[in-house]
Amino acid sequence: MKTSTRKGIAQAVGFLALRAAMGLVLAVLLLFLYDIGKKGGGAISWEFLTEAPRRGMTEGGIFPAIVGTFLVTLITAVLAVPLGMSAAIYLHEYAKQSRLTRLIRLSIRNLSGVPSIVYGLFGVILFVNAMRFGTSILSAGLTLGLMTLPWTVTASEEALKTIPNSYREGAMALGATKWQTIRTNVLPYAIPGMLTGTVLGLARAAGETAPILFTGAAFYLPFLPRSLGDQFMALPYHLYIMATQHHAIQQVRPLAYGTALVLIGLVLGLNMTAVVLRYRLRRKHR
Amino acid sequence: MSSERLPIKFRTENLDFYYGPTRALKNVTIDCYDKKVTAIIGPSGCGKSTFIRTLNRMNDVIAGTRVEGRILLDGQDIYAPDVDVVELRRRVGMVFQKPNPFPKSIYDNIAYGLRINGMRDRKAIEATVEKSLRGAALWEEVKDRLDENAFALSGGQQQRLCIARALAVEPEVILFDEPCSAIDPIATAKVEDLIEHLKTSYTVVIVTHNMQQAARVSDYTAFMMLGELIEFDRTGKVFTAPANKLTEDYITGRFG
Amino acid sequence: MRKKKLSHLKEAGIRAFFFTCGVVAVLVLVGIFLTLVLTAVPAFREIKLSEFLLSKAWDPTSPEKAEYGILSMVMSTIMVTGGALLLAVPIGIAVAAYLSDVAHWRVREILKPIVEILAGIPSVVIGFLGIVLIGPALSKIFHTGNGLNAVNGSVLLAIMALPTIISISEDSLNAVPKAYNEASLALGASRWQTLLRVKLPAGLSGIIAAAMLGMGRAIGETMTVLMATGNARAFPHGFLDSVRTMTAGIAIELGEVPYYTTHYYALFAIGLVLFVITFAVNLVADIVLHKYQEREQ
Repeated sequence: MKTSTRKGIAQAVGFLALRAAMGLVLAVLLLFLYDIGKKGGGAISWEFLTEAPRRGMTEGGIFPAIVGTFLVTLITAVLAVPLGMSAAIYLHEYAKQSRLTRLIRLSIRNLSGVPSIVYGLFGVILFVNAMRFGTSILSAGLTLGLMTLPWTVTASEEALKTIPNSYREGAMALGATKWQTIRTNVLPYAIPGMLTGTVLGLARAAGETAPILFTGAAFYLPFLPRSLGDQFMALPYHLYIMATQHHAIQQVRPLAYGTALVLIGLVLGLNMTAVVLRYRLRRKHR
Repeated sequence: MSSERLPIKFRTENLDFYYGPTRALKNVTIDCYDKKVTAIIGPSGCGKSTFIRTLNRMNDVIAGTRVEGRILLDGQDIYAPDVDVVELRRRVGMVFQKPNPFPKSIYDNIAYGLRINGMRDRKAIEATVEKSLRGAALWEEVKDRLDENAFALSGGQQQRLCIARALAVEPEVILFDEPCSAIDPIATAKVEDLIEHLKTSYTVVIVTHNMQQAARVSDYTAFMMLGELIEFDRTGKVFTAPANKLTEDYITGRFG
Repeated sequence: MRKKKLSHLKEAGIRAFFFTCGVVAVLVLVGIFLTLVLTAVPAFREIKLSEFLLSKAWDPTSPEKAEYGILSMVMSTIMVTGGALLLAVPIGIAVAAYLSDVAHWRVREILKPIVEILAGIPSVVIGFLGIVLIGPALSKIFHTGNGLNAVNGSVLLAIMALPTIISISEDSLNAVPKAYNEASLALGASRWQTLLRVKLPAGLSGIIAAAMLGMGRAIGETMTVLMATGNARAFPHGFLDSVRTMTAGIAIELGEVPYYTTHYYALFAIGLVLFVITFAVNLVADIVLHKYQEREQ
């Protein structure tokens, strides 16, 4: 029984190709992160993070964009998180197998595939015009909220699925009503998982540009937004304009890199928080 | 251990097997004679399935397992570092407890083993498929529907299909891991007849929890308990005059 | 007895609340569709449907004759999506196979989150990297201007579609019953042969669904193509041409178009086309995935 048979060679070559594919993907990722890290790192400074832009964005910082992103993500969360969790509770705890339930699930899956610019279009009609919120943090946040909704529903449902049925049955066998069961014996254990999943969705929302392009984002505002009805600056939009439409593109390139680094840092930071949370939760619930 | 003068196909020497820290097989030494049927019996958890899976190194796919001692096929240690496991598994075939045909046609199920071992000539494949199906006593039942999906067959037929599939690659040894526990009694009878017939050409090792089956079908029987080999001898002797009291208790139904 | 009635009402009320939340998803989907339709329809008072769908010329602000043909944009979308899938599907399946069959479990535990990081990079950053990294590289390799073209878009979209394709394909491969794996190994097949001949065919429907979902993502992506493909309006003749996809087409003009003009409605019409296409793709992927899940039961 010799080792280097034809099968062995074929396998060695095949597995090598698979390894190469993995290596390629890793290399691209590392290249991206390295480029942004290196060139963006040079632009990061305390001033960059805490000051407003000056001289048509060729100097100064991106503080208003950070604030704007934070505010709009907050609105997104206010819409998407409770609504998503509630929808998930309906689907997992109340809904029976029926055509309507299948329709709801189908809608959720399809909503997650709708292009972000289409959400932007919808936001313009519904929030900016029909509800007369105008181009504002509110309009943009709600638009992003709708876009994030499928994500929060799915993540919340996954969290509910991990709660063993014995918890529910035990409570009901003692005479608890459905809502009591959910409130006391399911939600307390599921909420941490639900929040972890929604944080990932919010991280995605913070990085989105298309939905806020026409619902409230602005490139340069002299003041920080004073209310939810104001326009706002946002990190992704800021990066987009600096990279494509600024009048001195080459000059501001380092600032663009810096913005990209801050944005990635924010998004990946949120992602990692969620992953760490999920890991800790899994260990607790063994 | 028996002191026969027959040629030995498989021999295990002081075999220890570990799942992580747990020792599942303890110092097992058995000889499986060439072209004879050796049955392994014992209560649940005695290690018989673990044992048979060491013979074709199927346990390698489970993480964290360790083997100590030697297993010799025709005198060669199958756990030696330069051994081609893939080739070993072609020489030592296995039929599993639950029939596991591929989601392919009946024909393709059998042709699969041939194709992966390099057979290309369609006529040769067709001939071998027929020969294997005849060898598994299944040909008459499926010869007109070879293109049908294997899952259209009954449980017993699927198991015989799996036997035919194993026969197609022309192994020297066939391992049966409780082959009849998932199929009905009539199909069981057919499989047992088949095993009786197979031993004219192959060495057979069969694990079974059904003592009557072991008594009917095998030439030699090994009784295991808690990972150890308690007794090993000709089937006739084990079942009529066992040397060890534990064996006697098991056979007469006092436990297990 | 009275206490029970009150609590029953309360329970019914709570259930109605959650039900409403659940139904919101359907309402939003229908709402988006209706909004697009209602806002797009007025465009066709002035534009012929055949011109819209089949003309290559998109020039709504032309002083002589305004033209509203989306064919060039459709072709651009097809090109960058096709290019992206050409890259992402084989590489994605290979990586999925690597993770499920080759990588040691410890390596897998580290690599899976790393692939997820790729999924977390915002599209605008990917587009930015298209401008500053991929563009100059392409410009050197192919000796074309600034490297903002369909190739650039394809590469970037492939990178964005990869995590989806990898993740779903890997789930699909892992879901193949171990019984098939063991049966194949027991016949003397190598792991590679088992992967190619048993696992991949058995997991094929999941892999197809993965590719379709990746395709849906690529079609609907806006910022990446907006930044990296050049946005020329002309009908593309090759992959090194600058192209403008449907998504970019909307994004570029919506900001400046006066409300309630034909041009405005026409942009929504493009949005409607996008919605229908991505809806169809996702629907088919869904059906394929669910058929395959049912079969495995």
